[in-house]
Amino acid sequence: MNPKITRRRFIKGVIYSAAAAVPGAGYYVATAASSRPAGAVERLISINVNGRTRRVDVLPQETLTHTLRYRLNLTGTKLACNRGECGACTVMINDVANYSCSVLTQQVKGKQITTVEGLRAADGTLHPVQQAFIEELSPQCGFCTPGQVVSAAALLIANPNPTREEARQGLSGNLCRCGAYDHYLNGVMRAAELIA
Amino acid sequence: MSSHDVMPDMDLYQPVQVEDAISLAARLGDRAWLLGGGQDTYGWLKDRAKTTEALIDLNGIESLRGVRETEDGIEIGALTTLTEIATNPLINENYSLLSQAAGRVASLQIRNIGTLGGNVSQDVRCWYYRRGLDCYRAGGNLCYADTPEGMNREHALFGASRCVAVNPSDTAPALVALEASMVINGDEGERILAAEDYFVGPAIDIESTTALREGEILTAVRIPSTWANATFYFEKVADRNVWDFALVSMAVAMKVSGNTIEDSRFVCGAVECKPRRLLEIEAAVNGRSHDGASAESIAATASAGARSLAHNQYKMPLMNNLVKRAIESV
Repeated sequence: MNPKITRRRFIKGVIYSAAAAVPGAGYYVATAASSRPAGAVERLISINVNGRTRRVDVLPQETLTHTLRYRLNLTGTKLACNRGECGACTVMINDVANYSCSVLTQQVKGKQITTVEGLRAADGTLHPVQQAFIEELSPQCGFCTPGQVVSAAALLIANPNPTREEARQGLSGNLCRCGAYDHYLNGVMRAAELIA
Repeated sequence: MSSHDVMPDMDLYQPVQVEDAISLAARLGDRAWLLGGGQDTYGWLKDRAKTTEALIDLNGIESLRGVRETEDGIEIGALTTLTEIATNPLINENYSLLSQAAGRVASLQIRNIGTLGGNVSQDVRCWYYRRGLDCYRAGGNLCYADTPEGMNREHALFGASRCVAVNPSDTAPALVALEASMVINGDEGERILAAEDYFVGPAIDIESTTALREGEILTAVRIPSTWANATFYFEKVADRNVWDFALVSMAVAMKVSGNTIEDSRFVCGAVECKPRRLLEIEAAVNGRSHDGASAESIAATASAGARSLAHNQYKMPLMNNLVKRAIESV
């Protein structure tokens, strides 16, 4: 349903356009198409993902999840609810956790994106959070794990020595359908020890 | 409901000066949609329940960000994120009512990008409306929530007029309690509205929760020092601690000397389509000291005049009890 053509506005539109005798719905479409101003964003942009600058062709309305998964093939970032309610798509933007399904790629030009693929060191050493999650057997089915890892890594950047309650708060924007929350918290606490 | 990975085609404008954003908004009128953090916007667009031809992304406008001290209080840019507000030392020190409220919004990741301007301008969360049904608010001729079989557990106790949805904002009651004012810019210049007048119910405008007119942009929120360092009480009751919208919230600012509440503002959220000031409670509370019994008897009148729906009567004792807790917290 297009609310721009609600019943109320439709009637208003018919009244306004009565003299021109244009069919109701067509009136809006025609007006819209003929007077759309130029000057919107460019599609070919550079974004910085995991320390590398990537040239990519991005639609104006494209979300970061879509760009990462389907244009850059970084499928570690999961697309689950696609509406900022689950956390599976969590990435870091300038070291802050964000839902990549609810950010436009056009908004992250000039910012540093870190996905789960970008956490391990150049020599392949796992990030302390990844290592700790393995040691604590944190994931169960594993689908929410990339988001949990990134949220935990972002938490430890802001607060390298969290209490268990702070860790709980830090991971509270990530759902786990298996209910492995306590195992993830154990992992975060161990990761904090590994970093120290 | 069908949801889509990708939003439909639209133009995107990314002005970096507030003047450019205003002239764009004026030029495009109802063909454009102002984009703050986007946490309310993207759902509408992905679901195809609302569409727009163009987004005007305000995030590149640096002058709309940050917290500044003014002669009489503080000014918060409308694009300041809820995380910044929850953690800002200036706000935490003097107006912790607002930082508490901002810290209870949605989830951590949403607060990291969601803005104050967006939080106070967001649309209602009635799921019939959100689903794209042709209800009063969407321009149609009936309400699906206020029917014998309607699901209206989250809906309004007060001020319903055809539409029974509530304003879901957590920061709105806090701003009304702090006597904030909203700075609005448009093609015809700047106007300033008291927070109390910024939020409007369906009797005034059934299609919008705010007094913002087409082409206008909320640029800042000013908080006077009137209630700086007052005694505050904030509580949000929701089904879940994260992500969820308030069932009832209570934001209270009180000036206390000794055991006496000299002056106060009691504002209740999620019971009406705008934050509800509890003037009668304020009148009964002010100038007196309180014990458990007097708090209880005053609080019992908080929900007086409520017109409940089939499934939201529980909000009445909830309101009363939050008022009681606020008085007892002194």
